[in-house]
Amino acid sequence: MYRYDEFDQQLVNERVEQFRGQVARRLSGELEEDEFKPLRLMNGLYLQLHAYMLRVAIPYGTLSSKQMRMLAHIARKYDRDYGHFTTRQNIQYNWPKLGDVPDILKDLATVEMHAIQTSGNCIRNVTSDQYAGVAADEIEDPRIASEIIRQWSTLHPEFSFLPRKFKIAVTGSPHDRAAIKVHDIGLIIVRNDKGEVGFEVYVGGGQGRTPMVGPRIREFLPKNELLAYLEAILRVYNELGRRDNLYKARIKILVHQTGAEKFAQMVEDEFAKIDKTGELNLPNDEIERITAYFADPAYKELPTISADFQAKKSEDPAFAAWVANNVAEHKVPGYAIVNISLKPIGGIPGDASADQMDAIADLMQKYSMDEIRVTHEQNLTLPYVEQGDLYDLWQSLKAHDLATANISQITDIIACPGLDYCNLANARSIPLAQEISERFGTGERADAIGELKIKISGCINACGHHHVGHIGILGVDKKGVEFYQITLGGSADENASLGDIVGPAFTEDKVIDAIETIVDTYLDKKQDGEKFLETYRRVGLAPFKETLYAAG
Amino acid sequence: MPLVKDGRVTDDSWTAVGDDDQRPDGCSIIVSLERWQKDREDLRKCNQPLGIRLKSDQPPSLIEEDLGHFGLIALEFPVYKDGRAYSYARRLRDEMGYKGEIRAVGNVLRDQFLFMLRCGFDSFEVQKEKDVAAWKDALAEMSVFYQPGADTRTPVLSLRQRKIAAKKST
Ligand code: HEM
Ligand code: SF4
Repeated sequence: MYRYDEFDQQLVNERVEQFRGQVARRLSGELEEDEFKPLRLMNGLYLQLHAYMLRVAIPYGTLSSKQMRMLAHIARKYDRDYGHFTTRQNIQYNWPKLGDVPDILKDLATVEMHAIQTSGNCIRNVTSDQYAGVAADEIEDPRIASEIIRQWSTLHPEFSFLPRKFKIAVTGSPHDRAAIKVHDIGLIIVRNDKGEVGFEVYVGGGQGRTPMVGPRIREFLPKNELLAYLEAILRVYNELGRRDNLYKARIKILVHQTGAEKFAQMVEDEFAKIDKTGELNLPNDEIERITAYFADPAYKELPTISADFQAKKSEDPAFAAWVANNVAEHKVPGYAIVNISLKPIGGIPGDASADQMDAIADLMQKYSMDEIRVTHEQNLTLPYVEQGDLYDLWQSLKAHDLATANISQITDIIACPGLDYCNLANARSIPLAQEISERFGTGERADAIGELKIKISGCINACGHHHVGHIGILGVDKKGVEFYQITLGGSADENASLGDIVGPAFTEDKVIDAIETIVDTYLDKKQDGEKFLETYRRVGLAPFKETLYAAG
Repeated sequence: MPLVKDGRVTDDSWTAVGDDDQRPDGCSIIVSLERWQKDREDLRKCNQPLGIRLKSDQPPSLIEEDLGHFGLIALEFPVYKDGRAYSYARRLRDEMGYKGEIRAVGNVLRDQFLFMLRCGFDSFEVQKEKDVAAWKDALAEMSVFYQPGADTRTPVLSLRQRKIAAKKST
């Protein structure tokens, strides 16, 4: 993984001290809250319902065990012994004290971490594929471009006061695990017909109250020109993005109102004016320098199938179930990708205790070459596990309540913080996720239901990605009563789509039954081996509407 | 409002002239875009230094043909959150080759000084006295810059290139 050089480290250290000064000015009263707000937001510090919330960046989701231990340490020392992994490959602490935050950031800096630009109207933490570097279908590790973008976007003098926040995601595989089409900019690494590697560029996707799947504006962008091209997009957006209406300020609105083709032309015009021989042009040796950090680790030569592993699978059905759901294929024979579910049945999606984080750090060292990934579905991924170690790893995970065998199943739910933490919420999200999780659990029924992604947001801002849930649940408010609107058929992968509203919203006591009805309808309509989304795309909304509202 | 230029508080040698004011003779004047568009012929003929003040929804492309007339361009920040003028300054410096003074006016605050400098601003109408006093500290807070800007600070990429070159030559 990437390691800071003296420049990276110096910048983060200076940023900590700069923020310490800003906090001191706030505490002394020199700064009013409204003046302090943009400063703290530039550093991931929100004021929530009950307390401050600090959002720490995990750039493109990669962590070492040392960093994981630091996250545990911070949870213990400055918070209430837990942290919350988010859909944007960040971790949030819900209870830090303002005066402690500079020290937290200082601790983070010692392990090459920061909270820079995890909020505010600037370029946010770059996100990527949790299987980067280990997916068989990958053209190039997307973390190389992500790190280049991380550096370029950090404290960008021109783009720190954009009309609205700006999110960039990168994938290196044709199978998109990073939901790039619902980002302000989505990059797919591709190979052109000359065999050169570059980027396909999508712009203007997003969720929130106006969900959109981003159109493609560039078929092939050479690697060296990446930053110049991004700068062109951002400059057009910075000048023309709407600033009169918060809800129309994202780039998706500009792209939509301008038209994708015309917008693409404006970017090309601006791009033509930027000096591409100058310092924005990425020199090959800088690309190589960063690439070297993401080179394959020293893999062993292992048999494609470990006999011991096969034997354990047939001996222990619980282990076999976990393997079937949580373990993915690795590009190197004999290795496996292991997903750790942070969705225990009835638990809070994405939460991990300090003790769990420490335990995971041990397991990273022991079984996964010291590395882990945070996924946009609020789970964790161990990228380099030998098949022969899977059984031992599974047992250790079980001991820490981290072996729930439910990746991509109906209980692997994304939920926003909702009314429990968030002052914009109409409804609770977390308790609903817990109830659904308990209703369906793991085991035969859940296995029969198969891949089904439920995503819950407590309000139209869509932090819980409900638009792209196979089943999306949105908290709406009707005269002070919590209601939930259900959408079906959303998806965030390479065939991204937005869900269709199924009908009138449900009250809290009816919504779980409604989910059950939807599931039963699917199981009834399903043809051989069809997943929920496939069935939905075949049969459409009608049968679901019928069963849901028939009685009423 | 104090004016900071080259890191020092400086007397302002420019006079702002309202849209309906009589044009004063013999001094350097700043006019609005509207006044420039209305009185262009008159203003072009007078041989006193001319500056123009652009609001945040008035991109410099509107005066691209006329840049040669202006010794100063003031770009307005109606609120610090409105960051359009950062791009305008970059465009003026990098794309239009403008060499005159670019002045930041409006909601110009301490925590933005460095960003503004890096985008090509070189004079600042600072809103708060205590921000003026903190000028030096504000600039000293950061010494590492990833991006090339319109100023002379060397971006990290170039520093890394130099390191590689130095290694190769030894
Ligand atoms: C309680 C604190 C939170 C508040 C007040 C909040 C507020 C918002 C708002 C206002 C938006 C809409 C912005 C827009 O599209 O213009 C938004 C979007 C979003 N937020 Fe949050 N949020 C909170 C917590 C979270 C958390 C914990 C996560 C991650 C789990 C998250 C992830 C997102 C994502 C992914 C979007 C998606 C929309 C997009 O960027 O297109 N937010 N949030
Ligand atoms: S979706 Fe709404 S309720 Fe949920 S965290 Fe975002 S803003 Fe808060």
